[in-house]
Amino acid sequence: MVLLTLLAAITIGIIRMRNLFAVVVLGGIYSFLMASVMIVLDAVDVAMTEASVGAGISTVLMLGALYLTKTQETEPAHRLLLPFFVAVATGAVLVFGTFALPPFGAAETPMNLHVAPYYLENSIRDTLVPNVVTSVLSSYRGFDTLGETTVIFTAGIAVLLLLKGKRGVKPGPKRRRVRR
Amino acid sequence: MKLDVIFRVVAKIFIPFMLVFALYVQFHGDFGPGGGFQAGVVAAAMVIFYAIIFGLEAAQKVFPPRIIELMVPAGVGIFAGVGVLGLLLGENYLNYSPLAHDPAHGQEYGIILVEIGVLVTVAGTMVAIFYSFIGRGR
Repeated sequence: MVLLTLLAAITIGIIRMRNLFAVVVLGGIYSFLMASVMIVLDAVDVAMTEASVGAGISTVLMLGALYLTKTQETEPAHRLLLPFFVAVATGAVLVFGTFALPPFGAAETPMNLHVAPYYLENSIRDTLVPNVVTSVLSSYRGFDTLGETTVIFTAGIAVLLLLKGKRGVKPGPKRRRVRR
Repeated sequence: MKLDVIFRVVAKIFIPFMLVFALYVQFHGDFGPGGGFQAGVVAAAMVIFYAIIFGLEAAQKVFPPRIIELMVPAGVGIFAGVGVLGLLLGENYLNYSPLAHDPAHGQEYGIILVEIGVLVTVAGTMVAIFYSFIGRGR
């Protein structure tokens, strides 16, 4: 509850801030809080990823992007009523959806009755790996993880194409004008 | 940045431990939380930390961009290659059982190899994106 309150406070802070540097730092804090929420929910692997990617790498990349742009957000050009309405409506629908979820950690749910017991019982026998998260990710669901790795690969290549593609071109006067 | 003695000394102390921690997360992923993805990010964070403190050129001397960019497809190649290996040894794609004398050990080895593939791709991608971000501009 404390963590969720802090998350809400930081979200409001991010919305109200106009200084993008502060927004990036608040985003890092948000990720750390989110990692703490994950630890409370016993999802240590996810918490680790959130702390390292969300708070670490993406903050650094955001700062790198800020270095290339202005650090002050411009005032919005039009009214924000429609986006506000869309956000509130989406949030309401999501909250409505959570009412149908089973209570946290309930054993009698389809999620915990389908293949999860098989993984928990046979992970050691099949793979000799005590951490079931690892054995599910890499072995039982190896194909999915291959897909995820390919997604990262594709994303990396796409960003490299966008950011590095111009370096081969000789810096002419035209390009300089675009940049400054 | 070049004159910040404290940063430089602290970075020199920290960086080996970051690398060891990345490897710990990588190879202890079988027993505790962690795995290739997290380890790759920690390793990339080490490179980024080094680049922030000592400058981009020093970092690119230690970790050349060419090798970093090769790492991006190499990891996927390792992952897919392990799958093909299973195929060649007479099992389904991505079934690691025939990699060792008995199926369970084969699975274990397969997981370790596959996690290395994930590590290589993730670390390479993160560092490559960082390089291209910082190498741009001024």
